[in-house]
Amino acid sequence: MFPRLLTAKSVAIFALFIIPLLLGGCAGPLSTLDPAGPAATAVAWLWWAMFAFSTVVLLAVVVLWLVAMRRDPDGVSEEAARRLQNRWIVGGGLILPLASVTVLLAFGIPVGHNMLPVAADGEDVLRIEVTGHQWWWEVEYPGKDIRLADELHIPVGVPVHVHVTSEDVIHSFWVPRLGGKLDAIPGRDNVLRLVADEPGTYRGQCAEFCGLNHAHMDFTLEAHSQEAFEAWLEEAHSDE
Amino acid sequence: MSDARTEEGGTLEQRFERVWSNLPGWGTLAAVNHTSLGLRFMVTGVVFFLIGGLLAMLVRTQLALPEQEIISADVYNQIFTMHGTVMMFLFAIPILEGLAIYMIPKFIGARDLVFPRITSLGYYCYLFGGLIIASSLVLGEAPDSGWFMYTPLSGSAYAPGPGSDFWLLGVTFVEISAMAAGIELTVSILRTRSNGMSLRRMPIFCWYILAMALMIVFGFPPLILASILLELERAVGMPFFDVAGGGDPVLWQHLFWLFGHPDVYIIFLPAAGIVSTLIPVFSQRPIVGYRWLVLAIIVTAFISFGLWVHHMFTIGIPKLAQSFFSVASMLVAVPTAIQIFAWLATLWTGRVIYSLPMLWIFGFLVVFVAGGLTGVMLALVPFNWQVHDTHFVVAHLHYVLVGGMLFPLIAGFYYWLPHWSGRMPSAALGRWGFWLTFIGFNVTFLLMHLTGLLGMPRRVYTYEAGLGWDWLNLLSSVGGFIMAAGVAMILLDIALHFRFGRPAPRNPWNADTLEWATDTPPGSYNFVSLPDVRTRHPLWEHPELPETIAAGEHGLARIDHGRRETYGSDAVTGKVREVIHLPSNSWLPLLAALSLAVVCIALLVRVYPVAALGAAGAMVFLLRWSWVNGAHPQAAPLKDNEPHQPPLHSRTCDGPGLWGMVVTLLANGTLYVSLIFGWLYLWTASPGWSVPEGQQIPLVPLIGSGVLLTLTVLFYHRVVERLRGRDATGLQGKLWGVSILGGAHVALLVWVQMSAALSPTELAHDALLLVMLIYLFIHGGLAVILSVLQAVRVRLGYINSALPYEPVVLRPFWVYTLGVFWVSFAVFILLPMAWGGA
Repeated sequence: MFPRLLTAKSVAIFALFIIPLLLGGCAGPLSTLDPAGPAATAVAWLWWAMFAFSTVVLLAVVVLWLVAMRRDPDGVSEEAARRLQNRWIVGGGLILPLASVTVLLAFGIPVGHNMLPVAADGEDVLRIEVTGHQWWWEVEYPGKDIRLADELHIPVGVPVHVHVTSEDVIHSFWVPRLGGKLDAIPGRDNVLRLVADEPGTYRGQCAEFCGLNHAHMDFTLEAHSQEAFEAWLEEAHSDE
Repeated sequence: MSDARTEEGGTLEQRFERVWSNLPGWGTLAAVNHTSLGLRFMVTGVVFFLIGGLLAMLVRTQLALPEQEIISADVYNQIFTMHGTVMMFLFAIPILEGLAIYMIPKFIGARDLVFPRITSLGYYCYLFGGLIIASSLVLGEAPDSGWFMYTPLSGSAYAPGPGSDFWLLGVTFVEISAMAAGIELTVSILRTRSNGMSLRRMPIFCWYILAMALMIVFGFPPLILASILLELERAVGMPFFDVAGGGDPVLWQHLFWLFGHPDVYIIFLPAAGIVSTLIPVFSQRPIVGYRWLVLAIIVTAFISFGLWVHHMFTIGIPKLAQSFFSVASMLVAVPTAIQIFAWLATLWTGRVIYSLPMLWIFGFLVVFVAGGLTGVMLALVPFNWQVHDTHFVVAHLHYVLVGGMLFPLIAGFYYWLPHWSGRMPSAALGRWGFWLTFIGFNVTFLLMHLTGLLGMPRRVYTYEAGLGWDWLNLLSSVGGFIMAAGVAMILLDIALHFRFGRPAPRNPWNADTLEWATDTPPGSYNFVSLPDVRTRHPLWEHPELPETIAAGEHGLARIDHGRRETYGSDAVTGKVREVIHLPSNSWLPLLAALSLAVVCIALLVRVYPVAALGAAGAMVFLLRWSWVNGAHPQAAPLKDNEPHQPPLHSRTCDGPGLWGMVVTLLANGTLYVSLIFGWLYLWTASPGWSVPEGQQIPLVPLIGSGVLLTLTVLFYHRVVERLRGRDATGLQGKLWGVSILGGAHVALLVWVQMSAALSPTELAHDALLLVMLIYLFIHGGLAVILSVLQAVRVRLGYINSALPYEPVVLRPFWVYTLGVFWVSFAVFILLPMAWGGA
């Protein structure tokens, strides 16, 4: 019934073949696995750790299952079966998930908290206001008299607090290489903290389905060095 | 119950068949039999699965290459919305309900479900609702806001066409069938088990279905309420979800996912029940850790109601709430892992027989465990912020749903095929079907995780080339078509087996449970006689049971009375307490469902007088239905020779009707609590919430109305207590008194409503108050109508000291009506006063 193809060895060979392929394919203008800011970097590491651990768990369960289906249980007394039951259910059903979840949360929750828009004492934060429309992003720099459509400019290394809201339906503001997404909801002011490590142009995309042209509701975020950003501010202001 | 049917003659089986069979020809549409209707549910479910699958193929065709314009954005949005809607609401839930409807009586040794006409009503609501939803595709007006219909996108401003209405009305219509199945299965499992089948001896499958049924009872009402509110917003302009009127679109998300997350487990648990049934049979040993499994089922059911917010991590909710829902979401891994290791231990200690169903169970394991692991990942908030609403989530949910539901379902189909057809499935074609489906599925969705991580959002109708998604999407599409070929192979296999399969012996897999004690295919009455069950594995310990059952050696083997009967038993011990007499074939469910379909369509095209007409029609048919009950001549009129030990259920004070009433009220109460949730949520969290000045609802008449209601219910309670003591003196007059007093309550309530200064189309606050008042009005009014009917039935002799059943059934409804009245008064009137808002 089960072709011999599906042995542990062949699975390993398959994995060896597929993993480099996956690693090679991780770059991309919207790739969360090609991070360019502290938040996205932390999440990418979380992903790789979870991926590795999950792969081990999955393979272990599948191998156990195949062995269990093939083995001849001769001589398993009811007594032995009951011991086995308790050992497996307590070990695999309780301890394994509880321990994994605890470890995961111990690493994961701090990562999440660091991504929250809380400015440290005396930290310099740039505030940008973004409003979602069907199907474009209105960008405003409060106090600087700058309004843009579908483009943001930020300085490298400075935390940016993007205040996100919407004029019509729910959208979601997302620059994958810098950090997580945050929904733009009518009537609400949500704040997303982003930091770019390197100058460059990063792509963003509406992530929450928002109607006809959702697929084309993209934008760019340009990270400048401090000086270039000042210069850009100057220029953008005079353009208005 | 005509005389022709009670005629003597023929074998025992033939005489049973005369009482239990469906009407010939078109009369089969009046069938109420669970075997027939279970099959119809499943066949209809398969048809909708094929429609949903076809839509998926269109999606994969469009996304195969970047920048394709095969399908326009508009049509694409309809297609993916309908794919999700059809698969969730018209395939996954109904087909599992159908399986449960077919199987449960056979597992517990009963002849039918406890409310057969409700089975039929449920089926027709499903069929008509499904047709209405599907017709939107043909009309080119399908819903296009995604299957979870987030507002404001699904509201009238941004979805002006009828698409959203098709969804809201159609899905609510279909949900009647889910609620019907949930209530009926709960009561059947608790109250109609074989004599001696205590909860501890109940097959594990029944535990899973019991959990599913109860989860439907508590899980669906939030969505039903949300759909009603959104439809009111769209049709009349009540701004529940509109910030400008003090509503909040996030309320929709809460209500939707309050349903949506339990729904995942409503789908998974019965499938896991199939796994837990098949594994011990193919290991030829009892399941390991039965009690652990029961515990895991109960824990899963509970936890699943506490996780809904993990679908909403990106809406900007507070830090503490995110941690809480993260932990809760991950904890659900524990009961799942318990089940997986119990299955493993069963296989480990048994001698496993290789067979086609086990191959599908293996596929289930691989895919579902992978999906569960990515589920734990998604529960981690920072990771969720990255991959939420990307193709990673699409991949995850297909792993969980296809792996966790479709694969076990197909395993179950192959396992129970001999039961339906009397023939065995083939091995070769079936194996091809499995491997094609399994490989195709993984090619499609394993890669899709990476597509999501590389940033491809879900629900985009096309994408630019060169973002790193091109080859992944192409392979996903290829995989999708391989999977489609696999599904075609399975269908071919099943179709061929009806003709070429070799005839199945009795109990072909050597199973332990009672469903294999019937004939294959089974007679419409399942069992000629109803055996005692003193073990969890009746067929392993008493392999002679099928013969002795057929020979009529066990209980209730008489049929000369012409009634459809099965045992009613104690919920815990399974000891027989009464004989439940079941209704025979009836056109009323079909007529009621047709009337409801008229309501649904009339609301859709906004011709409200016709809708009112349809509602009145439905009311008439349903009341007629409730009329043909108890001692009515067409049901079980009092006779001299009727059984007393145990008695017929309509001669007792604690029959299945009372249980059905209580479970229905639990569902109804959940709907009401969802309304309170909406009220409190908007008060505390809505950004534009505003409360009008002054007291809008006249307090004195409202309190007066409540006092009248309290007196009515106290009176009714006394009447019922007397009746339970078999004292029916002056019963008719008292019931008229109850009706008049209750009528005064309703009249005063109507007056309150008319004189209330509400502007429900401007403020969400007022709209919610109005909904609350209407809710109270409907309950008061219905209670009065039913009390009047009771009074008339006393007069006709259907209720008396020997027949105290019906007033007892109605009592919880009155008590509930009283309860919601004063709770509403406290929450909607007093609480805001105390807050200083109103």
